[in-house]
Amino acid sequence: MNGQSVTAEEEFSTLPITTNDDVVRARQLVRALAQQAKLSLVDQTKLITAASELARNTLVHGGGGVMRSGLVERGGRRGVTARFEDSGPGIPDLDLALTDGWTSGNGMGLGLSGARRLTDDFTLASKPGAGTTVSITKWVR
Amino acid sequence: MTERIPVLKIGDVLLVSIQTDLEDQSVMNLQEDLAARIVETGAHGVVIDITALEIVDSFVGRMLATTAAISRMLDAETVLVGMRPAVAITLVELGLSLGGVRTALSLEKGLALLAGADPVRADRA
Repeated sequence: MNGQSVTAEEEFSTLPITTNDDVVRARQLVRALAQQAKLSLVDQTKLITAASELARNTLVHGGGGVMRSGLVERGGRRGVTARFEDSGPGIPDLDLALTDGWTSGNGMGLGLSGARRLTDDFTLASKPGAGTTVSITKWVR
Repeated sequence: MTERIPVLKIGDVLLVSIQTDLEDQSVMNLQEDLAARIVETGAHGVVIDITALEIVDSFVGRMLATTAAISRMLDAETVLVGMRPAVAITLVELGLSLGGVRTALSLEKGLALLAGADPVRADRA
């Protein structure tokens, strides 16, 4: 534990992401958490949209993976975290991947960069051949 | 399981009302169904109602933009109606402002737009 989060990760629920339906489920799960945390309507929408982008990335670029998500707390503030993990080909150049318009497939290249803009905390870890983990958090204002 | 979204015909306008959170394949199906229906009916307008959509991500946003472009090539004008304020805010922040897509706040205004009236100008007059 890094002392920032008081919520044990074991309390996070795990959702496999292997089909298009799972992307819908990921959105629904994050929506339920965002409502539970009492995020504002705009912040809920931003978080769900970011989660949708990342869930699709996990499926399309990562070849499937999991989403771990749950409520978190830091300094008395509540928030929602969703972490997307895949063991796909990974991202060779992280800076490039976070550039608007950069795409490895046939999308618009807004998924990663957009998800970063829409959330408060964003971390991306990836190694070529070793998969990708992206974590997003939105805090209650 | 992929569902098909109904495409309704009212005069020479096709109406699509997206009522549920769609998975990507259903979105792709809608685009194809709509293109086929435009040609089949000779419709000159398409109204896509997204009142019920809580989020529009880049995939759905891109589909809406390409659907409008496809319709235009098939001689039909598309108007997107009922976008929620939070969806508009999120789409712009995402980097997707749907520049090529006409929008109207309500179904009524969207239909008026297609019928040739200019509700925006009428409101300001």
